[in-house]
Amino acid sequence: MSAVETTAPAAAAALEVTGTAVELIDVVKTYAGHQALTGVNLRIEPGEFIALLGPSGCGKTTALRALSGLENIDGGRILIDGKDVAQLAVNKRDMGMVFQSYSLFPHMTALQNVEFGLRMRKVDAASRRTRAAEALELVGLGHLAERYAHQLSGGQQQRVALARALVTRPRVLLLDEPLSALDAKVRVSLRDEIRRIQKDLGITTLFVTHDQEEALAVADRVAVMNAGNIEQIGTPEELYLNPRTSFVADFVGLSNKLPGELAGGAVTVYGQRLDVLGEVPQAGAVTAFVRPEDVALIDAEAADAWLHGTVVSTSFLGSLRRTFVRLPDEAVVAVQHDVSDKPQAGDAVGLRFKGRPVAVATKE
Amino acid sequence: MSGVTRVRRSSGAARVGATPSRTTAAIILILAGLGFLYPLYSLFRFAFWPTAQTHGFTLQHLKRLTDPGQAYMYNQLFEGIQNSLVIAVVTVVLMVVFLLPAMILAELRYRRVRQVIEFVCLLPISIPTVVLAVGFVPVYQQIWHVTGSVAWVLAFAIGIIVLPYAYRPIQSNMSGLDMVTLSEASRSLGAGWLATVWSVILPNLRRGILSSALITVSVVLGEYTVASFLTQNTFQTALALLQHADPYVAATFALGALLLIFLILVLIGAVGSFSRPAKRKGA
Repeated sequence: MSAVETTAPAAAAALEVTGTAVELIDVVKTYAGHQALTGVNLRIEPGEFIALLGPSGCGKTTALRALSGLENIDGGRILIDGKDVAQLAVNKRDMGMVFQSYSLFPHMTALQNVEFGLRMRKVDAASRRTRAAEALELVGLGHLAERYAHQLSGGQQQRVALARALVTRPRVLLLDEPLSALDAKVRVSLRDEIRRIQKDLGITTLFVTHDQEEALAVADRVAVMNAGNIEQIGTPEELYLNPRTSFVADFVGLSNKLPGELAGGAVTVYGQRLDVLGEVPQAGAVTAFVRPEDVALIDAEAADAWLHGTVVSTSFLGSLRRTFVRLPDEAVVAVQHDVSDKPQAGDAVGLRFKGRPVAVATKE
Repeated sequence: MSGVTRVRRSSGAARVGATPSRTTAAIILILAGLGFLYPLYSLFRFAFWPTAQTHGFTLQHLKRLTDPGQAYMYNQLFEGIQNSLVIAVVTVVLMVVFLLPAMILAELRYRRVRQVIEFVCLLPISIPTVVLAVGFVPVYQQIWHVTGSVAWVLAFAIGIIVLPYAYRPIQSNMSGLDMVTLSEASRSLGAGWLATVWSVILPNLRRGILSSALITVSVVLGEYTVASFLTQNTFQTALALLQHADPYVAATFALGALLLIFLILVLIGAVGSFSRPAKRKGA
């Protein structure tokens, strides 16, 4: 890591790019009658880091591949700095891409891999070598330049792939779940490194992931996708604290889905009245999405215990503890609390909502 | 785990797929080796210890090859060897020009036709060569109207017989390679389709292509049926004819051909286990 820290600034300066604005307007993509993208609209500001987050099959990778040119779109426009590139071939779009599976060319060394894009642009051999070496320094792998892909770990391979994508100074960096094949520790360190490099270079970046923690941790803004469209786009805080749809409330973070009764702009959940986030649906039976950290675990005998239940299980999660409590109606509520509280399975406990506003959805 | 293994062994249950002991492996190897080497030894013995009058190893029969008086007898053999080599080269070219691009295209762009290509390529192995050869006869009567009776045209027929052997090594190489992702990575880096195939795909298929070419050469050198039915002079047909006139020289050349094919197989093995630097995974 020290090598990265000492050599990266100089290397980053050499690869610095001017941020580019990207816009997807009403983008439609259909596969054999199934609409993978149903009119996606997304604007990425120059130098911004956007994460496309969503469950498998929601269309996030299709959107990224449409932007890269690897998929032709059936409708809509793709603008790069205001210019429509929808009909431009992938090799003419000038975008760097890192793939989910390790995509290093096996017959080339790390340095040759990084040089490849420059070779295709007819850059002379000396400049090619210098720039490729700088890019490898940027990702902290200057000392492994002569190794082949099979001699590198998964994390190292993805870092070489990142250097390869950046060395041509592309207008946009596209990351298609680049961390999903890595183990947890490497994933976190590479995630942070990607963010650092992106900030240093100021490159407009679109990052596809199904891992919400990853998306919330690195992105300036997160676009949550569902069924081929973007449900909500906002900063990680906005998405977590103010989800506009029940899907976002359910998908981003952990939520207890509890029955409630909506009336007068507030929802009553197990007798406790809570304010509603976002658009308020019609009055009536609803599902309320209550975050585990918005529920307090208290003594069963406490005067403010609105609910009583029995501890089903409890897990230590490092900085906090998560406990599942079964209510008399068999509903199970997840509660996040301090690690110093150590309830045991079978303990009788009390619960209280902390009163923070919750997202609701009309009951189907 | 070791406890479990011990219990299984002591129970005497059959261990299906278990590695044989070193002794068993050695016995199998020796028996198989004898089965393979004894006919070769007999051929060698026949060719180089030919008569009761000669004592030990002799090359006296090969001297006849340089005798101008008997040249007419061996010219056909040399012409057959030459024809076989030309057919081998043309067949390899046909494989590289037609089969390889078809397989690459199917893998990268038209994945649905991969199974069709596999079926077509493996089909000749299920049809007896004699049946194929009989089918080729009327076709070649028409072809020879155009080209004249030249041997290299046999490459088209032999190319069909060779298809299963040429297809498999390339397919095996392809299945170990994520060609789609590699080509997408290459194109996203600015390479067009041609540059992608030339700079990324072909270098990674080199092993399969080379194995395929070597197998093709060995099959062509050993091919007799089609050439015989189509009355062309190739190495094998010439050898069969020479067998009647001079069995010693025929045996010598047969031995040479077997050794050449054996060398080709060793070469394929060496290509397959092409030594790469040891796997070292850093942190």
